[in-house]
Amino acid sequence: MSTVIPRQTKELDRVVVRFAGDSGDGMQLTGSQFTTVSSLFGNDTATLPDFPAEIRAPAGTLAGVSAFQVHISDHDILTPGDAPNVLVAMNPAALRANIGLMDAGGTVIVNVDAFDERSLEKAGYTANPLEDDSLTGYTVYEVPMTSLTMEVGKQVGVKPRDAERSKNFFALGLVSWLYSRPVEPTLEWIATRFAGKDAVGEVNTKAFKAGYHFGETAELFESNYQVRPAPAEAGTYTNVTGNTALAWGLIAAAQLAKLPLFLGSYPITPASDILHELSKQKHFGVRTLQAEDEIAGIGSAIGAAFGGALGVTTTSGPGLDLKSESLGLAVNLELPLVVVDIQRGGPSTGLPTKTEQSDLLHAMYGRHGESPVPIIAARTPADCFDAAIEAVRIAVTYRTPVILLSDGYLANGSEPWRVPDVADLPAIDVTFATEPNHTADDGSLEFWPYKRDPETGARPWAVPGTPGLEHRIGGLEKAHGSGNVSYDTGNHERMSHERADKIAGIAKGIPAVEVDDPDGVGGAEVLLLGWGSTYGAIAAGARRVRARGLAVAHVHLVHLNPFPANLGDVLRSYRTVLVPETNLGQLVRLVRAEFLVDAQGIAKMQGLPFHAAEIEAAVLQALGEDIAEPGITARGNAEGVTS
Amino acid sequence: MTDVAVPNTTRKDWASDQEVRWCPGCGDYSILAAMQMLLPELGVRRENTVFVSGIGCAARFPYYMSTYGMHSIHGRAPAIATGLAVTRPDLDVWVVSGDGDALSIGGNHLIHAMRRNVNLTILLFNNQIYGLTKGQYSPTSEQGKVTKSTPFGSLEAPFNPVSVALGAEASFVARTHDMDRKHMQEMFRRAHAHRGAALVEIYQNCNVFNDGAFSQISGRDQRAEMLIPLEHGQPIRFGADGGRGVAMSTDGHLQLVDVAEAGEAALLVHDETREDPGLAFALSRLARGPFEPTPIGVFRDVVRPEYGAGMAQQILDAQERKGPGDLATLLASGGTWTVS
Repeated sequence: MSTVIPRQTKELDRVVVRFAGDSGDGMQLTGSQFTTVSSLFGNDTATLPDFPAEIRAPAGTLAGVSAFQVHISDHDILTPGDAPNVLVAMNPAALRANIGLMDAGGTVIVNVDAFDERSLEKAGYTANPLEDDSLTGYTVYEVPMTSLTMEVGKQVGVKPRDAERSKNFFALGLVSWLYSRPVEPTLEWIATRFAGKDAVGEVNTKAFKAGYHFGETAELFESNYQVRPAPAEAGTYTNVTGNTALAWGLIAAAQLAKLPLFLGSYPITPASDILHELSKQKHFGVRTLQAEDEIAGIGSAIGAAFGGALGVTTTSGPGLDLKSESLGLAVNLELPLVVVDIQRGGPSTGLPTKTEQSDLLHAMYGRHGESPVPIIAARTPADCFDAAIEAVRIAVTYRTPVILLSDGYLANGSEPWRVPDVADLPAIDVTFATEPNHTADDGSLEFWPYKRDPETGARPWAVPGTPGLEHRIGGLEKAHGSGNVSYDTGNHERMSHERADKIAGIAKGIPAVEVDDPDGVGGAEVLLLGWGSTYGAIAAGARRVRARGLAVAHVHLVHLNPFPANLGDVLRSYRTVLVPETNLGQLVRLVRAEFLVDAQGIAKMQGLPFHAAEIEAAVLQALGEDIAEPGITARGNAEGVTS
Repeated sequence: MTDVAVPNTTRKDWASDQEVRWCPGCGDYSILAAMQMLLPELGVRRENTVFVSGIGCAARFPYYMSTYGMHSIHGRAPAIATGLAVTRPDLDVWVVSGDGDALSIGGNHLIHAMRRNVNLTILLFNNQIYGLTKGQYSPTSEQGKVTKSTPFGSLEAPFNPVSVALGAEASFVARTHDMDRKHMQEMFRRAHAHRGAALVEIYQNCNVFNDGAFSQISGRDQRAEMLIPLEHGQPIRFGADGGRGVAMSTDGHLQLVDVAEAGEAALLVHDETREDPGLAFALSRLARGPFEPTPIGVFRDVVRPEYGAGMAQQILDAQERKGPGDLATLLASGGTWTVS
């Protein structure tokens, strides 16, 4: 690269960058490439894509703002960061929609070309915030991104309208310079991604370089920054989103169980990417059916399971509603099935693109009759891989539908993942029935489809095509053992217990919960109990509390039904149990009911994950510590934190 | 599954040990008997035969067959059977449904199974009434029908199941009735032989809640004048001595004619394999209900790519292109870096 003016490079241990622009500005692409480069460089990363439900809301309006937040660090981090240190705002709406997230002293880089009267008006500004004192306290850099990009376009010879669309690459170049990112990976990525579209690739490349050079040469920035690689366990790493990891986990589980994978699914945000990913992997023998509706999605998966495949359906909240009746059928059929629910804000259509731990109680109780279903929840994007394998293990071992909960935050968020050695993945044993299993009164051999395994309570899985084991199953109550239709009242009670005991018995095969308490179990006064995607924020919040010399314990659940066998004892070892959830209190109800402990909920219902500071503040409050002590920022979400 | 010859079976081999619990006199008995007597002739194995049903009187059918079976939930049998059929192309998958199950609560699954052309043989028992719930009107009940839920008469126009199937791109559509075992068996045999989704509408008498719904056309003394047998490649004729027939008028409508008057050359020659479903559709609308001369037989039997086979082919193609899936390669496909 050309002229380099020697300037100071300052070391940072971490930085949170938020790219914000119009839905059409390519902010998701920009943010994810910045993440990839940072991961390749060796930083730990965590991301939060934040985009509107509309594909293209009117340009320049607040409704159309799309943002991508990434946290990069020289040490192990757990969240995408509470407050951005740097906001890149491509237009006035992006500035207005995001400035409230920033702490005073933050850096704002604006595309000054977009701050014309019309755009300001569309964003709802009555005065130009770059000209009045509304940004006092922030370091603001005004960069003419559009005009410089169009200049590049002129050199390449593309139409101004097309050139203008490359301005996100200018922004990427500028921020890459600001944080001393290597440029080669991005240049290679542009070359690959836009291969065959020479003019577009060339403008993007030149815009990226122009942005990088602008940082180097313009006298605007007094220094740039370096975030060193984070020490990490040796191994091969990749960056995965939760949905990709989950899809790969299903493929892995199918291989481990030696079963063909079948996915029946109806497109729904934010679950569709699992359908997309699995549809690409046909060479693994994966069959995907884009069903006519949510009910057919699960129905076809049940049919596939009856035939001996690993049947899976993927959905989000509204789809889970529609699948409820079929889930009840699967409970009665006692066939393996995995129902993946990528939770989003509800009720009804709710907030399709925003995250929420909305469906735990739905998963637990959302069926008529006594209809127990095991529930697994992933806790980080990469953990979706392991969670998928665990869901499959339980489904095929116990012949039961399993609900696997992820959410919008995990689905679209990404993190570096140490790729496991395939040989180290746990085996999943599946045996199909091949022989009669019962001797009738007359001495003849019969097949009894509901004769249970004494260990697991699972019934035999006898697939069509097996001679001599022809049998009929269905939604009507079955006689224990023989599986014939039975309206016998005593049999119904017995079968209800058998089904409940089978699910409860899964606890015998799952590990005890690990208690993160440096002083040993019961050492701290306050225990944070979490599940699912709150893992990062709760663990980071606990770190912040401990950094102040105070004690707090953290337990995070993967198995929500049944609970690990030691959970009750663990909860009773703490004076105060706090349960942070991005809902109005669902796990907290379950543990209060199950264990008679006075657990308290911490609720946040904003379609966003918790900030670590919110968790920290809640613990400090429970400990009777002064939250307002200098140095603590319980970021402006007081209404979101109750304890 | 094996290369051993298919064992000889009799009706008894295909009947389960479960007591049949339909109302005495129900048309379902004759359909069950027709099926149990036909299967030994089809050269198929019990273990490779699956009956999937939804909810309703007809849906009890799988319990009475000594094959694999699933009595599922209301309306969903075509969806469940789709998942089974596409993952297990070695099986014969039959769907047993009724007019409420298939055309009301399960209408969406039915039309999409036919549109996709999944290899399913779908039997639609049409008795024009809800039997299991004790006598409400169904989506095939005639307008004005007085039932418990329509004491002043139904306001709804009925579905014609054959028309629905043709409109949904079905590649095989037939109609039969429960009073003629031989005809039923012939339709089942043809539907079973068809690759892709085959729908057979069976006019079935519910002697408790809608007795005699089809007696004007299917009674032994009425059939000759009221049923119009469709035979591929033959002029469409009916009536004693074949004295009546179906012809197309100059304005493009189908009409019933006296053969003596119109002349044999004027009769429509039935062609099941016609690509354009228009004439089959017109035939399905010939009678406004089972009180006018009504065509029975195969309306349409065309070759269309079968869905499950296409799915399997895409897998083979992908494996040919990329080799069988390798998990380690997949996990590294997003680009990796190494920490040492």
